[in-house]
Amino acid sequence: MLANRKLVLAHFWLAFAVFGVALTLGAWQMFIRSPLGTWLSNPELYYRSLTAHGTVMGYVFPTLVAMGFGYAISESALEQRLVGVRWAWAGFWLIVGGSIMAMIPVALGRASVLYTFYPPLIGSPFYYVGVVLVVVGSWIWVALMSINLRVWKGANPGKPVPLAMFANVAGSYLWAWTAVGAALELLLQIIPVAVGLKATIDAGLARVFFSWTLHAIVYFWLVPTYIAYYAIVPRAIGGRVYSDTMARIAFILFLVVAMPIGMHHTFGDPQVGAGFKFVHSAFTALVALPTLLTVFTICASVEIAARLRGGHGLFGWMRALPWDNPMMLALAFSFVMLGFGGAGGLINMSYQLDSSIHNTQWITGHFHLIFGGAIVIMYFAIAYDLWPHLTGREFVDLRLIRTQLWLWFIGMIITTFPWHWVGILGMPRRMAYFDFADPAIAPQALSVTFSAIGGFTLLTSGILFLVILARGMRSPAVEAGAYRFSLAVHQPATVPLALNTHALWVALMIGLTITNYGYPILTLALTEGTSVPAVYVGAQ
Amino acid sequence: MSAQDTGHQGAEIARRTERRWATLSVIIIVAMAVIAAIAGIHRATMPQARVETTDPSRLHLSGEFVESNLGSVLESNGAVTVRAIGQQYSFTPACLLVPAETPITLRATSADVVHGILIQGTNINTMLVPGYVSEQLMRFERTGDYLMPCQEFCSFGHEGMWGKVRVIDKAKFAELAKSSGRLSCVGQ
Repeated sequence: MLANRKLVLAHFWLAFAVFGVALTLGAWQMFIRSPLGTWLSNPELYYRSLTAHGTVMGYVFPTLVAMGFGYAISESALEQRLVGVRWAWAGFWLIVGGSIMAMIPVALGRASVLYTFYPPLIGSPFYYVGVVLVVVGSWIWVALMSINLRVWKGANPGKPVPLAMFANVAGSYLWAWTAVGAALELLLQIIPVAVGLKATIDAGLARVFFSWTLHAIVYFWLVPTYIAYYAIVPRAIGGRVYSDTMARIAFILFLVVAMPIGMHHTFGDPQVGAGFKFVHSAFTALVALPTLLTVFTICASVEIAARLRGGHGLFGWMRALPWDNPMMLALAFSFVMLGFGGAGGLINMSYQLDSSIHNTQWITGHFHLIFGGAIVIMYFAIAYDLWPHLTGREFVDLRLIRTQLWLWFIGMIITTFPWHWVGILGMPRRMAYFDFADPAIAPQALSVTFSAIGGFTLLTSGILFLVILARGMRSPAVEAGAYRFSLAVHQPATVPLALNTHALWVALMIGLTITNYGYPILTLALTEGTSVPAVYVGAQ
Repeated sequence: MSAQDTGHQGAEIARRTERRWATLSVIIIVAMAVIAAIAGIHRATMPQARVETTDPSRLHLSGEFVESNLGSVLESNGAVTVRAIGQQYSFTPACLLVPAETPITLRATSADVVHGILIQGTNINTMLVPGYVSEQLMRFERTGDYLMPCQEFCSFGHEGMWGKVRVIDKAKFAELAKSSGRLSCVGQ
């Protein structure tokens, strides 16, 4: 039973409200740099918008979803009132305060450095401090997840930790540790320069610190989606989880190998040597493993649901699936986008192939497909699934929900497929506009136009999503009952200690980070003469 | 198989199927890493291997990136070295002149913020990070003009930072190289 419904609702509403704002900015950006728009007289407006879009979509929106969902999981999976509710609210308000503090200088054009920071570009210190406050707020959540699990373990010695909570806590630890990279970059390097204590900065070292955060943060965004795959979808469509053990192994693998791989973002960089580039490339291949395992387990779980509903045949069972169930639809869309996005990801992490598409529009296409597509569509599904339990009211119009999901899927495909294509043609990312009159760029015009149309399809779907949630607050009351998670085919009576605790895996995560990052960071930090003068943004 | 089948046998079959899939997944991943390693070692296709530093505040005063040393030079062994710098919001030289069918080494760095060099229609792609020297080996088979945009956000003029690469006939390049020291196609 969810006792702190207001807390979860506050996180979700704030998450989706800022998502709506950032989505609108995104659609505007797609338009303005397409042949449909006219060139901005002031291109700085584009980068202002892009900084806001990236900061909100990367740091604020998914963090709030993970937190709200995490609190809901803690209360419902453990069947225990949340411990530390006041702290949870403090974390929430820190995020509100941090977001406002960061967004004011961005809106004023004082921090158009994009969400990746990349010094020696330096913006207003309030922007960076605001981002730090958002992260600190989320760390309160990490601590609360850990404490709540500990309290439950004390009351239930030896019992298997429910899968949803096990995964939720793994995701929170992953976030706590991956945020350290950007935190070090901000606290040791950027903020001292932004407030004027120092005038120079090592741009190469900063990029390595940021890569520490930049890749594993993606898996932090992904964890709520994977929890939905395992712990919600089978229940919602009337099936069972094929294997509880494999699910735990998948989340453990994410925790351990998502971290020490971030340097595949720096293949094109001059400050990292070949050895560590190869090591990080090989480890990135390893992170495909938990996804491959998940695809198997979820397909098998879905098949169970289909066969229970009378489906038969080698592939014929797919017809028996409850396709009118929004959760089924969202899962199918998510998997299609995960498949394409994952295949693209294997190209990005490849030691050799990356140089064909590095920093082109292919990359933007890739992470919009994975994050905006495969991940966010499951955030929608999570909200739809939880909403009646949070509001005590039911959705009456399932057709509208299905329309929203279809629009998001179609919009994302129309947006990202041409985006990948122009990337292969060599179109660089993050430009305010392009000269489509240039014969060398003209062939990309049609693809960029399609992307912009896709962007507006996504905006339509996003608005529809907010309307559905708002209407859901006023629809007929319903007794939604306790919020439950999927059961496994063979529900475990006991679980080996290694699959029931996180300590060993957290130690391994930290150890691998040190072996894969320690030497490069140390050598860069000790190399003299690589600090360069800061270039202040917005000072002109 | 169904959810009611909770017997020992069902669990065993499930485990075996699962193990087979996991093995296959591991094989795929190991194969990918091995292919990358072979391509890297045997064919020397890999990202930049060595870390070299340079002081960006003294680039214009001394060393290999002084203005008079930027551009293309024909080395005694027949190979070509191209030196360039990126700064907000242009490349120097803005047009690189290189011969076709010749091994070329591009050496470049940034004079201010992070930039990137991307030559469209090729896989030549590197970051320019101030304080460090980027090196890329390249070879063009066909003559012609290629666009060379900056591929990393470098502040408000980023969208205007486009350079060019002009690939000319090998003999013609050798001819030009005789008369002057550092070649480029700026202003042509």
